[in-house]
Amino acid sequence: MNEIIEILEKDARTSPEDIAKMLKKKPAAIKEAIKKMEKEGIILKYKTVVNPDLVKEEAPRVRALIEVSITPQKDLGFDRIAERIYSFPEVSSCYLVSGTYDLLLIVEGKDLHTVARFVAEKLSPLENVKGTATHFLLKKYKEDGVILKHREENKRIAITY
Amino acid sequence: MKDRVSKKVKDMQPSGIRAFFDLVLGMKDVISLGVGEPDFVTPWQIREAGIYSLEEGFTSYTSNKGLMKLRLSISRYLKNKTGVQYCPDEEILITVGVSEAVDLALRTLVEPGDKVLIPSPSYVSYAPLTELLGAEAVRIDTGKNNFKLTPKELEKHIDPRTKLMIFNYPANPTGTSYTKKELKEINRVLLKHSVFCITDEVYGDLTYDFEHTHFASLAGAQKNTLYLDGFSKSYAMTGWRIGFACGPKDIIAGMTKIHQYTIMCVSITAQMAACEALQSGRSAVEEMKREYRRRRELIVDGLQKMGLDCLKPDGAFYVFPCVKKTGMNAMQFAEGLLKTQKVAVVPGTAFGPHYENYIRISYASSIENLKEALVRMKAFLQRR
Repeated sequence: MNEIIEILEKDARTSPEDIAKMLKKKPAAIKEAIKKMEKEGIILKYKTVVNPDLVKEEAPRVRALIEVSITPQKDLGFDRIAERIYSFPEVSSCYLVSGTYDLLLIVEGKDLHTVARFVAEKLSPLENVKGTATHFLLKKYKEDGVILKHREENKRIAITY
Repeated sequence: MKDRVSKKVKDMQPSGIRAFFDLVLGMKDVISLGVGEPDFVTPWQIREAGIYSLEEGFTSYTSNKGLMKLRLSISRYLKNKTGVQYCPDEEILITVGVSEAVDLALRTLVEPGDKVLIPSPSYVSYAPLTELLGAEAVRIDTGKNNFKLTPKELEKHIDPRTKLMIFNYPANPTGTSYTKKELKEINRVLLKHSVFCITDEVYGDLTYDFEHTHFASLAGAQKNTLYLDGFSKSYAMTGWRIGFACGPKDIIAGMTKIHQYTIMCVSITAQMAACEALQSGRSAVEEMKREYRRRRELIVDGLQKMGLDCLKPDGAFYVFPCVKKTGMNAMQFAEGLLKTQKVAVVPGTAFGPHYENYIRISYASSIENLKEALVRMKAFLQRR
């Protein structure tokens, strides 16, 4: 695997200068490599992973996994209808999956009611949507490889041979 | 009160830097680069295998030599990786880390009056354990040659009383390792003078710029070598206390005798977890190795920019820079750095009497910590 990606996936804020030191390359070369990956869409964006449970100011947002069964369209398969669905801002993730249903959505809203309304008024009425099943998320343990828990204190003894 | 501690034990050199260790342990919020173990926790699938074995009720003793399943896995793994075949029944012993294996090996091989060669600076246990047996620890100082043992220096230290050499590479505390070509030369000298070799290759998987060469894979070496290794460093399993010894069957049989009366067997939980490590842990090892290598570049660059003389280590997770230029010796440097900047390193004197101008820095610490430690070290040097 590209080691620059490995470093940035762990900490997207690692500076090109530090990456250059770690990989024994020139900072300019690293900057260029990153720019190239951004341009080619290998690196899509840099995000902050937040533990929503600890954000106090706002009421926590509600998330739901929604299974959607679809009738594919002639010549277009699932792509056209998927695009219609994922273009809604409420949809934060959208996957085509194998198995008993077709699309798996992650939908976010400010409360249960908002998500329910999205399903009833926007999603279900779509012509090619045959059915939906909504699962509200109760607790997030791990997301995109990150365990959502305060980092535990280092358990090592401070000095050993 | 009558003095009841034996003379042998009283004569053992206590660690000269115990007071410094106590100072570190008494302080809070220290960034410690003094740690001789990985900062990673054991990869989950390995921990899970340990937990599962407990759930399944594996809580008994195992055979003295260790679970056959584990010895078989080690044998297969080594054959595959190094080409050397060890018979799982007679040539492999599972030990409580490499530490126990070193002790067993010395007790099995060394007679009072024998000489044991120890390329230095060296890991702390080799010399005291040798001396405990009434044998003589002969340190070969490698400081003049970039901490690398040369065939010439080795040969110079061999005499008729020389029994064996304890050879640790990549080395703690310097990170020095050897290419196959260099090892061949060392092996040639050892064979020429019939000096036995105990190799401690516990950092072997953490070799960054070239392939680690298993000493016993060199021509003629297998009969003359006892190979010690463990799961502690590469699989981040220090607390499990599990390692192994592979070598000629007479030596393994001798070691097993002592082991069966002192240890009986290694904890079955650790042995079950080690089986899993060999089965599915390799990608985790590779990932950790890449991370260590990046840290190595960062720390060496930082230390060199500060003006400290610092060789780039070939392996392990230590650098061993010289602090002489700062006008301080290692103990002054380490104490000053700890008290003013709360960064802990280990004074070089822990690893042999000649190293009062060196410190050991461990880079088994997060990039974040290493960067902060470098900033603090720089501040420490500038304020003086």
